[in-house]
Amino acid sequence: MAEYIALSYWDIAIAASLLCINAGLSIYYKLGTAKRLVIAATRMVVQLTLVGLVLKALFASVSPWLTLLVAVLMIGFAGREAISRQERSFVGFWGYGLGTTSMLLAAGTVTIFALGTQFHADPWYDPRYAIPILGMILGNTMTGVSLALDRLLSEADAGRMKIEARLALGHTFRSAMQVPIKNAMRAGLIPTVNGMAAAGLVSLPGMMTGQILAGVEPVQAVKYQLLVMFLIAGGTALGVFASTMLAMHRLSDGRQRLRLDRLNAVKN
Amino acid sequence: MLKIDQLERTGLQSISFDVPSGACIGIRGQSGAGKSLLLRAIADLDPNTGRVSLNGKDRNDVAPNEWRRDVCYVPAESGWWLDHVGDHFENPDIAAGYLVRLGFADDAMAWRVDRLSTGERQRMALLRAMVQGPKVLLLDEPTSALDSEATAKVESLLHEMIGSGVTVILVTHDKAQAARMSSERYLIEKGALHLEGAA
Repeated sequence: MAEYIALSYWDIAIAASLLCINAGLSIYYKLGTAKRLVIAATRMVVQLTLVGLVLKALFASVSPWLTLLVAVLMIGFAGREAISRQERSFVGFWGYGLGTTSMLLAAGTVTIFALGTQFHADPWYDPRYAIPILGMILGNTMTGVSLALDRLLSEADAGRMKIEARLALGHTFRSAMQVPIKNAMRAGLIPTVNGMAAAGLVSLPGMMTGQILAGVEPVQAVKYQLLVMFLIAGGTALGVFASTMLAMHRLSDGRQRLRLDRLNAVKN
Repeated sequence: MLKIDQLERTGLQSISFDVPSGACIGIRGQSGAGKSLLLRAIADLDPNTGRVSLNGKDRNDVAPNEWRRDVCYVPAESGWWLDHVGDHFENPDIAAGYLVRLGFADDAMAWRVDRLSTGERQRMALLRAMVQGPKVLLLDEPTSALDSEATAKVESLLHEMIGSGVTVILVTHDKAQAARMSSERYLIEKGALHLEGAA
């Protein structure tokens, strides 16, 4: 690996001053975004610093149990974040459980697959590989799952008359839900598909940029980026599919009725 | 025979009644009394308890989509999921044969749904259900948006359906229509069903 330029805290502070300009503009023009911007930036600094410390300790220990604990916490937070992005959600356990279960399934499967086939980590759960891969896949899967669920539940709610018209005419629930299901899956996969289509032409993906800045040879960085993009696409597609199918199941019952009574009222 | 035995759901008290095959019963009641709730429960579109059977066969022994095909609910306001009228029909050619009788031009199957007036939608929705060959039609105010001429056309077609053995439960505001169409008349009040009279 070539030399990389180590960053001092001062370098980062200078970069943060860009945000101060933004905040100043927002206050001057009364845009009302300054407070949000500062809160988000502070959260990011605190969260990432803590994560840096946690990862350092975690990498030093290489304990399967600690790695599992961190992975479970990450999936738990992803589940909470996903539900906060949905306008409608299921009441009770399924509100939180549906997205979380799908993400656990999708991100877990793809992470274990990557650890076993491409990285040959030793031991396979080595947190230095497992946690960053899980994090990257989970972040994208979360976006896909929350977009898909949001779309499915709001279309089922808004399209109640269309869906029930088909049910009343003797269509199965599956065919009555055909359009919302298709739209939900498409909505969930759009960010991933767009990301792949624009990669390299419009944007240099963040991970690759980071590696190049850290001194990795570009072709190697590209290979890593491709691998990561495929893992992300695979994880997102799996998560979107699982969450849409589970949600469709939960939207109906043994008599193929449309059960909108299982949804929460619209949040403001 | 459509047999309804101790049907219960939110908004309805326990309801029991029978309708012989090829008969039409009328149900009247104020808005919010539970008329639509009752029809939706018979079609099994909402959670409910009780025994409902058609010609001796319990609905729980039939797949729900097949039950709803046989016992077809037609709401007052219909849902349309595609752009063109004809795309909503399994067999638009059969339906086309009834268009003129219901007061439509003979190319109405090619129309866009958003071109239909409220009354046209109501008649189209009835036709859509009718040509699928249901054994029971659950009609929720089928002429509420129609003038007297269109109402007469719908009633004449319904009479023909009933004559050919289709069972009809007709929810209507119109006492005179109930008298014209049905052999037994019920009144629904605060979720409870009472027999009002028989022809």
